[in-house]
Amino acid sequence: MLYFANWKILLIVAACALGVLFSVPNLFSASLLDTLPSFVPHKQVSLGLDLRGGSYLLLKVDFAQAQHERLTSVIDTVREALRSADIGYTGLQVQGDEIVFTLRNTGQIDQARQALAKVDPDLNLTIAADGKANLAYNAAAAQTRRAQAVDQSIEIVRRRIDATGIKEPNITREGSDRIVVELPGVGDPEHIKTLIGKTAKLTFQLVDSGVSVEDARAGRLPPGDEILPGVSGRAGADQGAYVVHRRVIVGGGQLVDAQPTFEGNEPVVSFRFDSEGARRFGDATRENVGKQLAIVLDHKVISAPVIKEPILGGNGVITGSFTVQSASDLALLLRAGALPAPITILQERTVGPGLGADSIHAGVLACIVAVVLVVVFMVLFYGLFGIFADIALFFNLCLMIGALTLLGATLTLPGIAGIVLTLGMAVDANVLIYERIREEVRVGRTLLSALEAGFKRAFGTIFDSHLTTLVAGILMYWLGSGPVRGFAVTLSIGVLTSLFSAILVTRLLIVTWLRRTKPKAIPI
Amino acid sequence: MRPLIVIRHTPNIDFMRWHKLAFAFSLFLALLTAGLFFTQGLNYGIDFVGGTTIEARSLDGPADLAAMRSKLDALHIGQPSLQGFGPPTDVLIRIPRQPGGDAAQMQAVAKVRQALGSHIQYRSVEVVGPSVGSELVRAGTIATILAMVAIAIYVWFRFEWQFGVGAMISTLHDVVTTIGLFALLRLEFDLTTLAAILTVAGYSVNDTVVIYDRVREAMRKYRTMSLRELINLSLNETLSRTILTVSTVALAVIALLVFGGPVLRGFSIAMLWGVVIGTYSSLFIAAPVLYYVQPNRAAIGRSVDTPKAPRAQRTM
Repeated sequence: MLYFANWKILLIVAACALGVLFSVPNLFSASLLDTLPSFVPHKQVSLGLDLRGGSYLLLKVDFAQAQHERLTSVIDTVREALRSADIGYTGLQVQGDEIVFTLRNTGQIDQARQALAKVDPDLNLTIAADGKANLAYNAAAAQTRRAQAVDQSIEIVRRRIDATGIKEPNITREGSDRIVVELPGVGDPEHIKTLIGKTAKLTFQLVDSGVSVEDARAGRLPPGDEILPGVSGRAGADQGAYVVHRRVIVGGGQLVDAQPTFEGNEPVVSFRFDSEGARRFGDATRENVGKQLAIVLDHKVISAPVIKEPILGGNGVITGSFTVQSASDLALLLRAGALPAPITILQERTVGPGLGADSIHAGVLACIVAVVLVVVFMVLFYGLFGIFADIALFFNLCLMIGALTLLGATLTLPGIAGIVLTLGMAVDANVLIYERIREEVRVGRTLLSALEAGFKRAFGTIFDSHLTTLVAGILMYWLGSGPVRGFAVTLSIGVLTSLFSAILVTRLLIVTWLRRTKPKAIPI
Repeated sequence: MRPLIVIRHTPNIDFMRWHKLAFAFSLFLALLTAGLFFTQGLNYGIDFVGGTTIEARSLDGPADLAAMRSKLDALHIGQPSLQGFGPPTDVLIRIPRQPGGDAAQMQAVAKVRQALGSHIQYRSVEVVGPSVGSELVRAGTIATILAMVAIAIYVWFRFEWQFGVGAMISTLHDVVTTIGLFALLRLEFDLTTLAAILTVAGYSVNDTVVIYDRVREAMRKYRTMSLRELINLSLNETLSRTILTVSTVALAVIALLVFGGPVLRGFSIAMLWGVVIGTYSSLFIAAPVLYYVQPNRAAIGRSVDTPKAPRAQRTM
């Protein structure tokens, strides 16, 4: 152990130097760093939202809900297909994630198969011998659709957030159907939450003037119609419900632009269709002059103006009881597009900039106090060797911060706790080595062999004890979330760097000391 | 430069004399924990049960708790609790989990923000929906169990299965009593507490492994010494290390507790307790358990070395 190959010394020194080099930029402000020449590393450790302030939202893409809606819309097609083929059925409905019905005549099973073959290629039809039938999406198709829905949702959430002008949002997928949204610097995410939480599915549907809402509610709803509630107005008054044709004339997907504007004094949203949308809209308005056209957003009727004349240019305005804010929100949502599935917000964690700064302050203070206490303690109990351990501890801290910076890991307040804790635990390796050396000296070994034996014997124990902490750290990272992960990262990195610093750096220091001073006895 | 404080001689404390008392004491602690856990339960934070915590600061002087409370009561969002928190301007508002799933929690926060008006600075807002909460409970439980099993298996591989049993018992002891402390003091049990408990488990084993290493070494060295004496000897030989290490870790944790701010308080308390109880359990539980499970000394004597981390045993 007393012999160090030169290349080893070089490696250890280089590692320490790199640790210092990459951790030092964290001491300076970003503006100061910019004035330094480019060969100096500029990268600083990225701070978690709990330290820099900001909002964290965990979203869930409710795919089951989307699937249910899709099936509900398919049910009309199924009804149509069965009717036109003269097949009798009962109990046609959506049940869970499938459409079920029962054939009146079990002799028509083959006919039913034929009639329903073209409804949707992704739907699997099974009909039992007793006439009970169900239609369900095949697993692969559902899986693909789910993945697409999540990807698309991420894209649309991103567009909506970008449109609000928030800087550096971080939007990532988590697990199979979740999205993490991190918004640095956002102290009040309520507006964003409202924007994200809206599906914003816009459709234009004709109002069925042939039947009143009361009649329809009483069970005389014509096939192909649906009852939709009106949206609550500005004053909170319910504008009543409408009976509308299910057939969608044009959907929000055909919009190319939407802008908030004014009609007279009233805020409205103007829109423009693409050529296909413009044509369909033009045809429908030409054929239905004098009828009411319902503008439906997320299954609620915003307004249902009477078509006074054909609208052929593909431009129009949506009126409704808008405020300036809600008109500009709607325009934003329409520009960004509709979500393929509803989104629910599962979790919010918002930290204001004040608390963030306080936390950094507290964390740094705790760190400094811990270092001072441990450093003094080691010197008291081990004298010169304690100073060696302290120097190793210093490099350990640099290596930890340098590693965090280089790896691009995010430092959180629990992460700082992990660092502080590691500082306390890192010197354990030194304690083990030094205690062992003391014992070997007591049994009468010479200086060199005591040192040799101390390092060698303690190594197995140090290795074991570090590994058990690493096991805990890895499990935490694997199963934990948010705050726990930040802690697990620094704890695990700290275990690895302290293995290096406490053993190799201390040993190098002691060997150098031996060579330089040629001591007769060990000062511990 | 010589150290100022030196323990010159290996002490000669009869640790084994106390082990029955320690077993009884620990059993009492464990039963107390079980009793508290099943009667009053843990004071779970919103991480686990869902709900909302808001740290608000009044911008016009000291916060008027009564006025804020009446504003919140008018919202009918369960029984919100308000308490002073740090400076007189700051208030900690807790809103219990709302009935009606994840979306309902978010609506409650929006209502609160509206009701309290604009002269409030929100220092932090945390909302956890019930579905995430139950997942976190599950993940947390799995993590804790896995950690203990992994640790036991590791110790079993490095030593003999008897040592694995001892490590598992003492780790379990530390985890259980830390939970007990939180139940007794009604401290909030949240995700960071869980992180602390897992760290305590890691630390506790760390401590135990150091002692076991020494016991095994002594078994090879003194083949005829009685197990009781052998355990005592090993504990005494490692005692100064045990004390020094527990001291440095405790110093770091105390720094966190005092200066780390309110967010880390629960974590620091759990760690501090865990470090102390972990040291106690290594001395008075883990080591004496070996006396009862009787490791196979002949086998240990034969196996001069274990394959994983070779050491210089031959020089003896």
